[in-house]
Formats: sequence, structure tokens, C-alpha cells
Amino acid sequence: MSVLDVRGLTRSFGPVRALDGVDLTIADGEVLAVLGPSGCGKTTLLRTIAGFMPGDTGEVILDDRPVLVDGRSKVATRHRNVGYVPQEGALFPHLDVAANITFGLDRPERRRADIGELLELLDLDPSLARRSPHELSGGQQQRVAVARALARKPSLLLLDEPFSSLDASLREATGRAVVRAVRATGAAALLVTHDQNEALSLADVVAVMSAGRVVQVGAPLEVYGRPATPFVASFVGSGSVLPATITDGVADSVIGRFPVSGQAAGDVDLFVRPEQVRLDEAGEVEATVAGFDFYGHDACLHLSVGDHHEVLCRVRGDRVPGEGQRVRISVDGAATVFERAT
Amino acid sequence: MTTTVDPPRTSRRVHDGAPVALLLIGVAVALFALIPLLHVVQYAATVDPDTAREQLFRPRIGMLLRNTLGLMVACVATSVVVSVACAWLVVRTDLPLAGLWHVLLTAPLAVPAFVNGFGWVSLTHSVEGFGGAVMIVTLSYFPFVYLPVCAALRGLDPSHEEIAASVGLTRAATFLRVVMPQLRPAILGGSLLVALHMFSEFGALKTLRFPTFTTAIYDQFNTTFNGPAAHLSSALLVLLCLVVLLVELRLRGRRRYARTSSGSPRTADRAGLGRLRWPALAVPAAVTCLALGVPIYSLVHWMQVGSSTGNGLDQLVPTAVTTVSYAAAGALLSVVLALPVGLLVVRHPSLAGTLVERSTYTANALPGIVVALALITVTIEYATGLYQTAIVLVAAYLIMFMSRAVVSVRASLEQAPPVLESVARSLGVSGLATTWRVTVPIVMPGIGAGAALVFIAISTELTATLLLAPLETKTLATEFWSQSSALAYGAAAPYALLMIVISMPAVYLLSRTTQGQRPGRSVLP
Repeated sequence: MSVLDVRGLTRSFGPVRALDGVDLTIADGEVLAVLGPSGCGKTTLLRTIAGFMPGDTGEVILDDRPVLVDGRSKVATRHRNVGYVPQEGALFPHLDVAANITFGLDRPERRRADIGELLELLDLDPSLARRSPHELSGGQQQRVAVARALARKPSLLLLDEPFSSLDASLREATGRAVVRAVRATGAAALLVTHDQNEALSLADVVAVMSAGRVVQVGAPLEVYGRPATPFVASFVGSGSVLPATITDGVADSVIGRFPVSGQAAGDVDLFVRPEQVRLDEAGEVEATVAGFDFYGHDACLHLSVGDHHEVLCRVRGDRVPGEGQRVRISVDGAATVFERAT
Repeated sequence: MTTTVDPPRTSRRVHDGAPVALLLIGVAVALFALIPLLHVVQYAATVDPDTAREQLFRPRIGMLLRNTLGLMVACVATSVVVSVACAWLVVRTDLPLAGLWHVLLTAPLAVPAFVNGFGWVSLTHSVEGFGGAVMIVTLSYFPFVYLPVCAALRGLDPSHEEIAASVGLTRAATFLRVVMPQLRPAILGGSLLVALHMFSEFGALKTLRFPTFTTAIYDQFNTTFNGPAAHLSSALLVLLCLVVLLVELRLRGRRRYARTSSGSPRTADRAGLGRLRWPALAVPAAVTCLALGVPIYSLVHWMQVGSSTGNGLDQLVPTAVTTVSYAAAGALLSVVLALPVGLLVVRHPSLAGTLVERSTYTANALPGIVVALALITVTIEYATGLYQTAIVLVAAYLIMFMSRAVVSVRASLEQAPPVLESVARSLGVSGLATTWRVTVPIVMPGIGAGAALVFIAISTELTATLLLAPLETKTLATEFWSQSSALAYGAAAPYALLMIVISMPAVYLLSRTTQGQRPGRSVLP
């Protein structure tokens, strides 16, 4: 069963097509990340699902209930039973934490609400209940905003870049805590983000958007491992694009000859992830270390191969060869083949 | 680190455009606020050139121009010196009792300038003339510079000064080359207010027998009923205000002094004054004594020894009731007028909205005497029945002080961004309930503060009230004025003290709210 069905949704602002025929489905209890660069329409998608704006054409079905038909809103936001967490959290500044969390509940429900439980669900100290929003850190504010959205037990939680305003270290922990809480309540979630790490590590399903369209939907492993387009390949992680020629299922490129699956033939582009490239003394291909980016636990070498083609290669942080050194490499696993961009 | 973010959510509201009804109401409010200016422009455009030449090219006009400009320049200069010195001591040094001095240095705003002038003149006639006028106008209006400079000093990024120290600048050089330039917008904004208030000042300068355009217009109108002369001087005064506004804009320039990094700013360390710590107290103590001590001592003194003490005390309560009624009505109506303007500017940003908002500010720059004169002429010409009624007086108050309410309403509406309403709707709350439970509680304190500022301004207003009040109407200010003009010092004093008491709470509020503000954005009138 699906919680959310979006079918053929379009929306234009003047000449800009913010949504250009979006189809998207979220199953019960699933956490789906909509990943894309700024301006790709992901926030417009979320706001349309929430009911803050209409579409031009298309449908949105929430819990088997058509809430947007032919681009027009049929059900007001407050009757859609979705939880909404905006980028800046937007806690009501005049209310304390407890009053923020119970804001959407009826009076009798408010009295009975177990605020402590909700706070604990989000790894927050129950003693925070009487604090004012301005007395909380950014991460705490964001968690309270999620608790507020979950208090009414929505079937779908809409998260609009909720972690982007947080420090890098805080972002990961907050993201994990939020997703754990969402899973504990059994709600589904739609997480809009431009951060690929966030999308890959938190979501069950990643939908990559570009220029108002969903270009690929799949499990994180699939989207990363088998990107559907060069855009997805380069936006979700890094890698090297190398020219190759395929004859009878074998690709011939500067990084060697190897078999590829699929129907492609002739001149193509090969896409290789840095971790697929290995330093290998027995490797057939020779390369020069042009430079490297060091991250501590690992490093990414910029190798110069053949006629000045750049190949990225991930190595352990304690195995970084010196600049200018000659190395031999081999490629592990299947390269992704794209038709040559003309 | 920088993260890319989708375009601001509010931008979609620009496409929506403002609702027509709201826009129409806004335009109506703007036109109302522009009545005096339009009147002056229309008069100046249609006046007979010969009459104008005859009236303007007189030695007396030259004298008034010299007096007005000279006083303006001197008052601005002394206000800046006093304010920067006091603000630096209070905000950036370990001066004992800094918090108390901050309140006391704001408090002169609660003493109307004409009360201050009376306080001094009734003790010594040596303050009459230019020197005394400079001192008393400065003592009455320097907080307009002091408050924004304090806010700017608090908002300074301490790392700028640390960088200056790291490249070898002395403390004094750091102050001149790093701190002062960043205080510029605050100093300019405050100086503008001092200049405009000095241009409008009638009571104090009349008391000190120092003629300026404003006192001259009053005399021309009230004693000789010399219409053309009053109107031409009034046009000239508006021109002066305009020049000052333009000069300020020009000097302020387009440069921005914003913090460029993200993260919450640190507050700068306070400098140790060392052996000068206690002697430094002399500066704020002297200013406080002159600005607050002398007038209050004088009022109390005359209440004890004045021969007229006790006279007309039975009039005190009815006069206070009349004053409070006018002030309350004006405060309430100004908020009613300010709300559509604020909504237009904050929720539906557009050029039209900005123009409407700016229109409500223009009247604030016009001296009360100009507003009063314009309303008299306009009512006599177009609505004779309204002449010398409470309606015209309240209209003058609204035109003069509405901008204070607009500033507050605008700032408080910005505290309630639309995203809060979106969240409330996603939580299943209806539109009306959202307004009641989210928007109203958030904006109410700010709107209340705006209403309080208008209330105070009206309860101490003298010039326009003298000219426009219905015959039998007496306010605290006019009653004080007529008693003190009749040399009944003892009878006048209680009215002045009551005005000070009424003003105190709002001034205290002002000393609190300006903390932590960014330079250049002042809630001051």
C-alpha cells in the first residue's frame, strides 16, 4: 500500500517549469529522499504535497484520498494529515516546547499527550518541555519541530531540508535520530535534501530530481551503483568519465579492456567510481599521481592516465603515494556505460 | 561552510501581488499622511512670485536662516560628542553601574524639551540665547544619537578590533579607524533625528527667546495672522528638512557594514579604565544632572516656593483625562492605520507597498507647526465644519506620529513569518484559529510598544495642539504652557511632572528594546 501517489504533477512559475511531470510513490512506513540541486523543484514538490500551493496539472493522492486533482487542491492542508518540518524548524517563538508539540492537538488531547515520550523518542531530555525555543540549540529546535509534526500521528512526514541549517557534526546525529523516531512511529517520510550523503545514509529510497523531473528512483545502493544518467552519476557521488569504444561487448579505454553488459556499441562514455579504481602492482595500466585530496580515513588520488585523462582513485588514508609517483592500477567491478554526449 | 539553498520561499508571494482592497486602503493611508506635504507643495507652486520675493528677501528671513542652521549644526555636533562618549563608556568599558547609566541617559526623552527649557530659564536667565539653546536642545534630544550608537557598539563584531590590534594599531587608532566608521550609520541616523526635532522645536526655543523658523511661523500666524509669510516660511522650513534628509542619505551612502560570517556574534570585551574608572563617572553623571536633575529640581522647587503653587490644581485631573483620551484615541487609530501598511509591506512586498510605507514616514520629518498650518488651511478651504474640532487635532496627531506605529507594526509582523502559519495549517489548525493562536500573540507586544510610543508623543505634544485644539480643550502640555507663559511657575510645575511620569515607562521600554539592534535600523521616532 502506498501512502503517497504523485502522478504527472506540473507547476510553472512564469517561464520556469518548477515541476515538469513528476511521478512519485511512497510506500507505508518508507523513508524517501528527494535529492537534487537547488532550483530543481524539490521544494515546490513538497509544498504542493503539503497543500501550501496548487499545481497546474496532475494528481496527488494521500492515503488513497485524492487531495489534488487536475492541479487543483481538493483538500486543505489542515485536513491532509501530513506532518511538516520546514528548513528553519519554525518553532512558535511565543510558546514553550510542550505547547509547541501539542499545538495541533485538541484541548482534551493536549492534556493527555505524553510529551515526555515524544521528547525521548527524539533523544531529547524530557526536562526541556518547559523551555522556550530560543533557549534550545539548533539541533534541539529541529528535533522539537519533528516531535511537533509527529504528535498528531500523521501517516506522512514532510521534511524540507530540515538539517541543512545545522553544523556538519550535528547534522548526522540529528538526521539519524529523526529517522529513527519516524520509523518508531510507523510514519512514512519524504525528505527533501540537496545533500547526497544525507539522502544515501538516511533514506530507504532515493528519488533524484533535476529540472523539474524525477530522473531516477531506487534504493541508495542502486542509485549510487547504477546511475541512470550522467547527471545522477556525478550528482550522487564523484567519479571519472572516460571515453571508450565497445566492440562485441568489450570496452576498450585508457584504463584497460573489460567486458560490459548491455546493448551499447561504438563510442561511449565510461563512468567509474573512485573506489572501483585500485592501486595494483600487477595492474595493466600505468598512471601518474597528479595530486590528492586527503580526508584522514581515506584519500582521493587524481591520477593522470594516457593522454591526460583524469582518473579518481580512493585509497586508504595511510597508503597515499607521493605526488608525481608512477603507479599501476586496475578496475574492479562493472563500469557504467553512457551513450556519448554529443 | 556554504550550503546551497532553494530560492527564498517568500518569493512566491511577490508573484501573487497584494490584494486590491489592502492596496487601496494603504494608498488611502498614504494620501492622508501626505496632506501637509501636498499642501505645502501646492502653495509653493501657486504663490504669487512678487509676494514671495517680498516676503522672503528680508533681513529677518536671513537672521532666521542663520539662527536655525547654526543651532542645527551646533546641536548635532554636541549631541554626537556627548552620545559617542557616553555610549562608549556604558557599552565598552567597565564603568561602574553601566546598566543604571544606560537608563538614565535614555531618560531625557521623557522630559519634553519645552519643560527642560522652562526648568532652566525659571532658575537662570543666562541660558537665553544661542549658547543656552544649544545646551538645552542637545540635552533634550541627544538620546536619539546615544541609543543607536549603543546598539551599534553592541552589534560590532569584536574580531574587527582584534584584527586591528594584531596588525599593530593602538587602542585610540583602532577606535578611530575601525570602530568609528562602523558607527557612522548610527550617528548619521541619530543626527538626522536631532536635526529634524530641532527644526520642529517650538516651546523650548520660545522660552529661551531664540527665534527660529518654527517660532517665527507661530508668531506670524498667531499674532499677525500673516498668512503668506507663515506659509512661505513653512515652505522654506520643509525645504530645510528635505535638504537635511538628502544630506543624510548622501553621507550614509550605499556601503553596508554587515557581519559577513555566519554563526552567532560574540560580544566584545569591555576595556578596563584602570585608575580612571571612578573619575570617568563624572561624564554620565554631569550629563544626567544637566538633562534630568536641573529640570526636575526646578519643577519640585517651584512647587514648593512658587507663589502660584496650588492654583488651578482642580484642573489637573480633568486636563489629564482629556490628554489621556486624546493620546489613547490617537494611539489606537494609528495602529489601525499602521496595520494595513505593515501587512502590505511585510506580506506582499511591492514597489507600491514601499511607496505607501515611505509616505507615512514623510510627515514624521515635517515640523508639527507645518502640519498644523496645513490642516488649518485645508479644513477652512474644504471642510469648514471641522475647523477647531477634535477630529482635526486627532488627524494632526495621526499624521505626525503614525510612522512610529508603522515601524513597530512592521517589525513585529516580521517576527511572524508565513512559515509559522504554514506549520500551523499542517497541524490541522484553521485559518482563523491560526491568526488567533500564532500571529496575534507574536505581533501583539510589538504593536503595543508602537501604540505606547504614539501615546507618549501625543500626551506631550505642544505646537500642533496649541494651534488646532478646540477652544475649551486643555491638555497637560497646553495648560503647562499657558501657566508658565503667565509666569505662574508653581501652577505650571505639576503639569510638567505629570507629563514626565506618563512618559517614563515608554522611555524605559526604549532603553531595553534598542539593545542588540543592528546599526541603522532604529525604532526611534
